[in-house]
Amino acid sequence: MKNDPVDVLIIGAGASGAAVAWSLADTKMHILCLDQGGWMNPSEYPSTGRDWEAKFYGEWSSSPNVRKRPEDYPINDDNSPIKVVNYNAVGGSTVMYTAHWPRLHPSDFKVKTLDGVADDWPIDYDSLTPFFEENDRMMGTSGLSGDPLSPLSHPPMPPQPLGLSGPLIGRAMNKLGWHWWPSDTTVATMDYEGRARCINLGHCTPACAQGAKASTDITYWPHAIRAGVELKTHCRVREILTNDEGMATGVVYYDKDGVEQFQPAEVVIVACNGVGTPRLLLNSVSGKFPNGLANSSGLVGKNLMFHPYAQIYGYVAEPTDSNRAPPTCLWSKEWYDTDLSRGFVRGYGVQFVRGAGPVFEAVVSEQKGILPWGKDHHRVFRRLNGHRLGFSAICEDLPEEHNRVTLDPDLKDGHGIPAPKIDYTISENSRKMMDHALARGREVLEAAGATDLCINSPIPWGGWHLLGTARMGTDPDRSVVNEWGRSHDVKNLFIVDGSIFVTSGGVNPTSTIQALALYIADQMKQRLANLFD
Amino acid sequence: MPDSTELTAAQRADLRTVAAMIIPDSSEYKVPGADDPAIQADMLATLGRDTAQVARALDHLAKLAGKPLAELDEVKRDAVAQEFRATGGAPAATLVRVVLQCYYRDDRVLRSLGLELRAPFPKGHVLPDGDWSLLDPVKARGGELRRAP
Repeated sequence: MKNDPVDVLIIGAGASGAAVAWSLADTKMHILCLDQGGWMNPSEYPSTGRDWEAKFYGEWSSSPNVRKRPEDYPINDDNSPIKVVNYNAVGGSTVMYTAHWPRLHPSDFKVKTLDGVADDWPIDYDSLTPFFEENDRMMGTSGLSGDPLSPLSHPPMPPQPLGLSGPLIGRAMNKLGWHWWPSDTTVATMDYEGRARCINLGHCTPACAQGAKASTDITYWPHAIRAGVELKTHCRVREILTNDEGMATGVVYYDKDGVEQFQPAEVVIVACNGVGTPRLLLNSVSGKFPNGLANSSGLVGKNLMFHPYAQIYGYVAEPTDSNRAPPTCLWSKEWYDTDLSRGFVRGYGVQFVRGAGPVFEAVVSEQKGILPWGKDHHRVFRRLNGHRLGFSAICEDLPEEHNRVTLDPDLKDGHGIPAPKIDYTISENSRKMMDHALARGREVLEAAGATDLCINSPIPWGGWHLLGTARMGTDPDRSVVNEWGRSHDVKNLFIVDGSIFVTSGGVNPTSTIQALALYIADQMKQRLANLFD
Repeated sequence: MPDSTELTAAQRADLRTVAAMIIPDSSEYKVPGADDPAIQADMLATLGRDTAQVARALDHLAKLAGKPLAELDEVKRDAVAQEFRATGGAPAATLVRVVLQCYYRDDRVLRSLGLELRAPFPKGHVLPDGDWSLLDPVKARGGELRRAP
């Protein structure tokens, strides 16, 4: 079936695809977005049912390999201690994330210059500042301006309440003289742009039935669609086609009925995340691009960065917020910057965790061996449930080419498209950083009076942050896209998701991913007359 | 029987027995055990995608026990249970999780824990604002971002 050509075709309606679509809409170009998933229905979100916790182990698992919705694609991550987690729908993984909203720091863009490792980004923090601010307004953030150890932000809403857990953490950190601060989050703490304020449903990660947590299906997309952007759902792109001149001509995709279609386009923007994007590029093989599209550097799929999470948690005598609050409310940047006396380069951010629900508490504690079978089960469970405090370090993962996404030779998705395969190891530097974080976390928790400390290092199902697999740079031999997101090889192909990160920083990346997408859209708008030069 | 959609009678009996071993009833806390008929019915009705793994776990359990679990004496049963948990891998973990997730949503159990018998939405929860003066030392200490060239 032949479709009318569009000016701009965006692949993926998640964090970055939504932002770039909204920003480009004011050009009045014909913009079409294809997403393999569909629109979410908040009335079906887990928190609407009594079995909300059980759903995390099945249809609402963060792992596509467990979830196995038709919208998901399988990922072979057997050769990685960190498993990929994501969500495939309009809104992408913003449907299923903790809403923690730090930005990369200015120093994160200059790691080679400052610390002699990895590479500097071809852009700096200041280039992104207006787009961070614009994105915060669009996503609707809450927080407390003035954190001395974080980039200045201006959240339009006040921070979340400290609740029961916040003061326990704050006192412990004060006792140790360490930095902590209320997190910026995308949880609305007041009614905001059609979103209702947070009522503490308690488990932000697997979608918010209240709509208080920002996901792009309820933030960017309504605006983009009103501005004329077309969004087609349940359309899975198989490959990007090119012509003899090496320009992208459009994409082949399977529509909601499984029918193969060709969608011609003048410009193609890829927004499929750090695993989906290299998968698509590597699947887009032709005579002119035998190693995959935009891959003359050989770096498509390489330098995968996850952020290994080092988590330690324990149990205090006082009640904590448990499942009665958003899971994260405080961060620390005490160990964010390089201090070589610690035995490693770079650093980590910390997100404190308020607690867990009863089913999760029971399941995890039984697995950890601290919740016994038999007669003593009830007594121990009552001591654990509703008393958990957690410390999670988001360790900066440096780029290493052997950490990579390739195509699995056997595994395929429901449309027969080769699935991604992950090969990943945690570096020695990261290991030392994780050990350091666990030692600090132990001190914090003990200062809070916690006992029965348990460790997850790394958090095995913690591959949320998918970064680096189509890195940006000025040297075509050392990068996939240039300093404004355009492929070095294919001059009408852009990438706007986390795969273009050069380094990972030590914070949750979504704020920076979206700021980058807005920055790239702005660069495109400024160059419309000579976009392909 | 990895593709089976339901458990056999023998498997259901062993599931009931092992569930009671994980969580026995308690007069002290006024809660049923996980072998309670209503909780067992919930497990069987909602096994769904976990059925195959739970069946594998129960097959492993049956192999270790050599006979219905309930027919073993307490010492032998405990030894089998320990061996099952140590060697049962993902299927055993799934079985235990199924038991726990059904137990900790039972009305009587939640009531005993002082939890409300409802979904989180739409009522939500109320959080105390907390003591914001705790931030004063952090503000006083200050600090600065690492400069980038």
